[in-house]
Amino acid sequence: MSDPFLTQMLPQLAGGAAHTHALGFAYEGLEGDRVRIRVPWRADLVGDPDTGVLAGGLVTTLLDHVGGLAVWVALKGFQPIATLDLRVDYMRAAAPGADLLAEARCYRLTRHIAFVRAWAFEVSPDDPVAASQAAYVVNSDGGRKAGANLRGKPEATA
Amino acid sequence: MTAPLLDRLPYAQFLGLQSRIDGADLTVVMPFADKLIGNPMLPALHGGSTAALLEMTAVAQVALSYPRLRLPRPINVTVSYLRSGKPVDVLARARISKAGRRVAHVVAEAWQDDPANPIASLTAHFLLDEDNE
Repeated sequence: MSDPFLTQMLPQLAGGAAHTHALGFAYEGLEGDRVRIRVPWRADLVGDPDTGVLAGGLVTTLLDHVGGLAVWVALKGFQPIATLDLRVDYMRAAAPGADLLAEARCYRLTRHIAFVRAWAFEVSPDDPVAASQAAYVVNSDGGRKAGANLRGKPEATA
Repeated sequence: MTAPLLDRLPYAQFLGLQSRIDGADLTVVMPFADKLIGNPMLPALHGGSTAALLEMTAVAQVALSYPRLRLPRPINVTVSYLRSGKPVDVLARARISKAGRRVAHVVAEAWQDDPANPIASLTAHFLLDEDNE
């Protein structure tokens, strides 16, 4: 297991961008094709102050992000990807004050699209707080350079 | 007039969300901040921050239209990402398609320059507290 993508880049991709860093996302490991990340509980990430439970929007972000990691695992390296759509089912409230873990698996990878399922839980994916089903566009920049999204138009066909 | 709901929800505050209420309609603004960036190379907003904005907007619109003791709880949400989020402010609005005794169906859209070119859309179901105020 000395592939630098898996040992160095994947942990960096888990929590290295500004948003995931601000949320405290941390890499938890890879087992087969299943990748895990954690978000430590924090008071400012709570949705409803009456319950102390982490916000639904945070769980969505966690599942979206761990799903992206699973795509990179399936691709065996970094490529630009973009979430196409994401459905999250909230099965139950998360335990107040508890960290959340998320695990994802890319169960089908085609030339253009990756299909991913993911789960969020405190202890075991067998007892999920939420589950998601998502599709990601692979090589989403289509060769466009950095900043391409900042210019006007011909992005309409994306 | 009490303070907007989102002003007292910690995660809404973390995202910097601001509510603009005009009668029965709510527009929520997520002002650009570096900590919302998910892809530093493009650069683009993290899709999760846009999804959370949409979900919070839907919660706040349901709570505004159907006041209950407890907040509406999400049953499921589906987010479609239509365009990459540029490093500028995002606005969002939600519309309640149907609210029954227990479940509300909501659609919401987020945009930057032009409401006609949304960057993401959300379809969601929420469970309503059955206790009236």
